[in-house]
Amino acid sequence: MTLYDPTSMAREPARIVGGPDSEEGVARMLRFPGLEPQPEDPLADPARRTDVDEWGRSEQWRRAARKLGGFYYRTWFRVEWEDLANIPTSGGALLVANHAGALPSDAPMIMQGIEEELRRPVYGLADYFFRTVPAIGTGWSRTGGVPAHPDNAHRILHDHQQLALVFPEGTKGPSKLASERYQLRRFGRGGFVETAMRAGVPVVPIAVVGAEESMPILFRLPTVAKMLKVPYLPVTANHLLLGPLFGSVIYLPAKFRFRVLEPVHFDVPPGLSKYPRGRILDESEAIRLQLQAALHDMLSHRRSIWFG
Amino acid sequence: MGRRILLTGLDTFWGGRVAAALEREPEVEMLLGMGTRTPSVPLERTEYVRADNSYSLLARIVRATQVDTIVHTFLVVDSSSMSGRALHEINVIGTMNLLAAAGAASSSVRQVVVKSSSLVYGAHPSDPAWFTEDTPRSRPPRSRLERSLTEVESYVRDFADENPDVTVTLLRFANVLGKQITTPISRNLARGVMPCIAGFDPLIQFVAEEDVVRCIETVVLETIGGTYNVAGDGKIPVSEVAKIAGVWRLPISPVFTRQAAVPLIRLGVLDLPGELESLLRYGRGIDTTRLKMAGFEFSTSSAGAVERYAEAMRLGRAIGNQIPAYQYDPDVEAFFKHSPAVVRQSDG
Repeated sequence: MTLYDPTSMAREPARIVGGPDSEEGVARMLRFPGLEPQPEDPLADPARRTDVDEWGRSEQWRRAARKLGGFYYRTWFRVEWEDLANIPTSGGALLVANHAGALPSDAPMIMQGIEEELRRPVYGLADYFFRTVPAIGTGWSRTGGVPAHPDNAHRILHDHQQLALVFPEGTKGPSKLASERYQLRRFGRGGFVETAMRAGVPVVPIAVVGAEESMPILFRLPTVAKMLKVPYLPVTANHLLLGPLFGSVIYLPAKFRFRVLEPVHFDVPPGLSKYPRGRILDESEAIRLQLQAALHDMLSHRRSIWFG
Repeated sequence: MGRRILLTGLDTFWGGRVAAALEREPEVEMLLGMGTRTPSVPLERTEYVRADNSYSLLARIVRATQVDTIVHTFLVVDSSSMSGRALHEINVIGTMNLLAAAGAASSSVRQVVVKSSSLVYGAHPSDPAWFTEDTPRSRPPRSRLERSLTEVESYVRDFADENPDVTVTLLRFANVLGKQITTPISRNLARGVMPCIAGFDPLIQFVAEEDVVRCIETVVLETIGGTYNVAGDGKIPVSEVAKIAGVWRLPISPVFTRQAAVPLIRLGVLDLPGELESLLRYGRGIDTTRLKMAGFEFSTSSAGAVERYAEAMRLGRAIGNQIPAYQYDPDVEAFFKHSPAVVRQSDG
């Protein structure tokens, strides 16, 4: 079973700085000529009758999602990568990014980009709340979403040696107001660092610019959110411009820019049940500051929200 | 000296099939089956005693028979089959009494095998994709059935702590599927429907009935102790179960599910006990690495178990149920087991 159908994907990748145009990038493209399944690919499991894997991910669904995502990726958000070569082409790695936009557009775009450019599946870890929503929860799971449980992350990173994407800010990221944009929230309790340490994989930070402006939150309705039992209920600029229905699903065409920072390796033995709390928090804070600095740098070079 | 085994729930699928498998083993010297009803499978040399779960009788049986192994299969894992109170009596009180009898002073018991269920892990959206034997459940149990199984397991753990010289084996089975066992899911499939919660298509696991019997047999004969998950490899989406079995999917409203399902349950269209409802919403995966490390090999995967069941169902539809139902007759059984007129090969 091949992992991806080569015919279904338009082969006109977005412009990439340090991507396939660079020497390393070209070498990488050559290494994946026929899109053959990678040896550590969990899809090569004989116990399966369907294309749905043990996480609920289906390559058919991913293909459909990539078709829709391709439009957003190339035309709408015009995604550009910087230093894509920092993402390892084999072995597990925990990708961490800043999270933004009422209905976050950064996760699907990062997954789309890495799958298109590197031909590696990415599992997006997110709050289990998604799982409780009918239809959306199933669609989310089929297109590569996995509830963010430390055991799940460990299995993806360590046992399957795949890429997992997390947003350590959690819901505090996408729920922040437009006036607080690009100000990183607390990175949880540093659980992502502990997960990476235990799995023995590097953390690869990705700074995302553009998602904040694709659906900026003007204010929140906490009382209604509590009644509806959702994590937060935003009123966005999109709502004001496009009305309550279209404003909930149509993004503003901000220019997206992803900068992949140097992978962070932890010099600790993997597989321990506990790691020093202080070390975890230090590493987590260091990564947060690194991401924040990268964001400031990218923003200082950005001339236009819409054209980059 | 051979093994002397006491088996509970001889009248159930589990007990009957396990007894039939164990009595074939020459190293099993004596097999005594307990049940509240007569056995439903023909048994060669298994002795049957009709007994309920009261302690005094159990203690007497254990003392009188000097059994070295107790296989406790009489645990109810289907809440639609009886009231919550009856279920509590059987699961919790029955196990408590049985373990008390096994742990009595100068007890001859050296191994206790308890058949539990993956229901002890529950099914909650915040669950991990895979439960290992040491993963705690995400939320405390709310249904009576899951509460009773959790209590059963805590009794088993207490027993293991108090009796370190007794090998205690706790087996947690995923949904069993096979032509001889009736479960809520197989009842639905036999009626030609697979209920599902509209908008949900979770991944679930199955274990084939042959593997269930072989697993219990293996841990008894090889005296393997510890807690083990038992499920076929892989996971299978509920929609795929319906597809393999060739039945209709019957979507039930994701809100007010119980209210929507009750009329259909009353009409006999489907079967949806509470534990199945949460499973069909969130699914569950149990990791069987530990059992495989102990040397057990499954004959088929989760999807394979469904396929096997579908084949048996198709055959059954084509030729009908040709195996004559076995009727237990005490006089006939007594004659074959004890009459001097019957020539017994392996006697003594």
